[in-house]
Amino acid sequence: MSWWLRLLVLLLLAFIAMPALVACIVAFDARSILNFPPQAWSMRWFERAMTYPDFRDGAWNSLLVMISASVIATLLGAGAALALEKLEFRGKRTLEALVMAPLVVPHFVVGLGFLTLFAQSGLPRGLPLLVLCHVVLVLPFVVRSVWISLKSLDGRLEDAALSLGAPPSRVLRQVTLPLLLPGLAGGWLFAAILSFTEFSASLFVSTQRTQTLPVAMYNYVREYADPSIAALSAIWIVTTMLLILAADRWLGLSRVLGTEVPGGR
Amino acid sequence: MAGEKSTALGQGAPGLLRGLALPAWLCGLAFAAALLAVFQYALRAHVPGELEPGGFTLQNFVAQAHPLYIGVFWDTLLLCAGTAILSLLAGYPLAWAILRTRSRLARSMILAIVITPLFLGEIVRTYGWIVVLGNSGFLNAALAWLGLGRAEMLFTTGGVLAALVHVTLPIVVIMLAAGLAHIEPELERAAQSLGATPARGFFTVTLPLSLPGILAAGTTAFAWTFSAFATPQLVGGGKVNMISNLVYQLGFASFNFPFAAALAVSGLALTAVSLAALSLVTRRVEQRL
Repeated sequence: MSWWLRLLVLLLLAFIAMPALVACIVAFDARSILNFPPQAWSMRWFERAMTYPDFRDGAWNSLLVMISASVIATLLGAGAALALEKLEFRGKRTLEALVMAPLVVPHFVVGLGFLTLFAQSGLPRGLPLLVLCHVVLVLPFVVRSVWISLKSLDGRLEDAALSLGAPPSRVLRQVTLPLLLPGLAGGWLFAAILSFTEFSASLFVSTQRTQTLPVAMYNYVREYADPSIAALSAIWIVTTMLLILAADRWLGLSRVLGTEVPGGR
Repeated sequence: MAGEKSTALGQGAPGLLRGLALPAWLCGLAFAAALLAVFQYALRAHVPGELEPGGFTLQNFVAQAHPLYIGVFWDTLLLCAGTAILSLLAGYPLAWAILRTRSRLARSMILAIVITPLFLGEIVRTYGWIVVLGNSGFLNAALAWLGLGRAEMLFTTGGVLAALVHVTLPIVVIMLAAGLAHIEPELERAAQSLGATPARGFFTVTLPLSLPGILAAGTTAFAWTFSAFATPQLVGGGKVNMISNLVYQLGFASFNFPFAAALAVSGLALTAVSLAALSLVTRRVEQRL
């Protein structure tokens, strides 16, 4: 590569990393107003971020919603992918369209939709509403992940078990599911990350009591200008980077993302 | 390793598989009901002071023919198009570097830096941009240090555009790299061995071959930007608005949910038309290749 191309790539990488890096630096500023560069250092904003009640409640809500939504979506998505791959039935295209459509509808529209739906049906705006909304939003990713695994699964193994007299439910449990495990794990992980970071739809369907961590952070940014959010972001960024490193080590990111160079490894 | 497709399991127990798909049906129907609720609200009258909408009317769509709303629709389209073009320009060299860098370590580093923001979520990323663009933020401190004075960047179209490009860049790079991975570097080398300069080899061989990938990535960036909410909301600060921000304001500041729903429906229609036009262009280009 020529030197100017290298320089261009470095500048672009700086553009991508800049907001996260700057937020991490500001997190250690002792002053209570955003002002770059920091003059004195302190850990007080980390303490505030960890003890502020809205963040604690928000983190708790986010965890509850993330675990429920990702597990439910994984179960639902696996069922849908199995039926779509192995069965011919009426309404197959409709099911596929219904399950995949949230990919192309903006989150704020989905959030507005569930808000008005629940308001009109007189249903309460509690955590179940948030979970339902998140399941709908992450389901396409799980279905796609499991479906791809199903397509590369050797169907002869199932046929062999069936021809040896195993009932279909047992084949599903003892042959298909174990072979699907990587696809299920990948789909679940993706669903969990998407649910934990989801903001726009959550803002529409949550209330003061059920707000998730991103919603609590948004409300904080609108009211206060101190670096608490920077501290919270720093914790968030470091955790995410560790997770990505782990995922790369165990799953191989280039392979997952399809950017692997043929013969490159 | 192409798997042998088997439907024997399905034929053996259609009821079992149908039962397994049932919860997904319910979930899909809930989504459809939510969308229908938006369409239905869009056609109902707003009763001031009441959350319950009134009778059926087209007034919510007629009222959108106001310069204020047309302006926001136009700004939204421009921001979507601008973001798509800038992300392609910035993403192409990065995708290129991921594929052509010889060092495996450098390649992993570039890939890691590019995709990390994808997992941070809208709020953390947008907050970072507030600190970068703010009046006493990082860039203004850098400008002052260089003796260039200060510039207004937060709450401006340029600031929003930078943050929006930052949001779409990872997915654009991944899509471009996936497209570029199918192009043999040998083709370009062949062009060079026949006397073409590296630049000519790139512009006459690699770039045309990667056109389908470019159009796919650009379309995705366009659609993603239309659904952006937190970025224009916080970096735009009410001075730069997209449809999503208007929908939120009308709903949660004016409690005029019917009009908010109607704006959302018009926005969806506008994106659908734009995406259809883009896919028409894509098909034309693919036929030429």
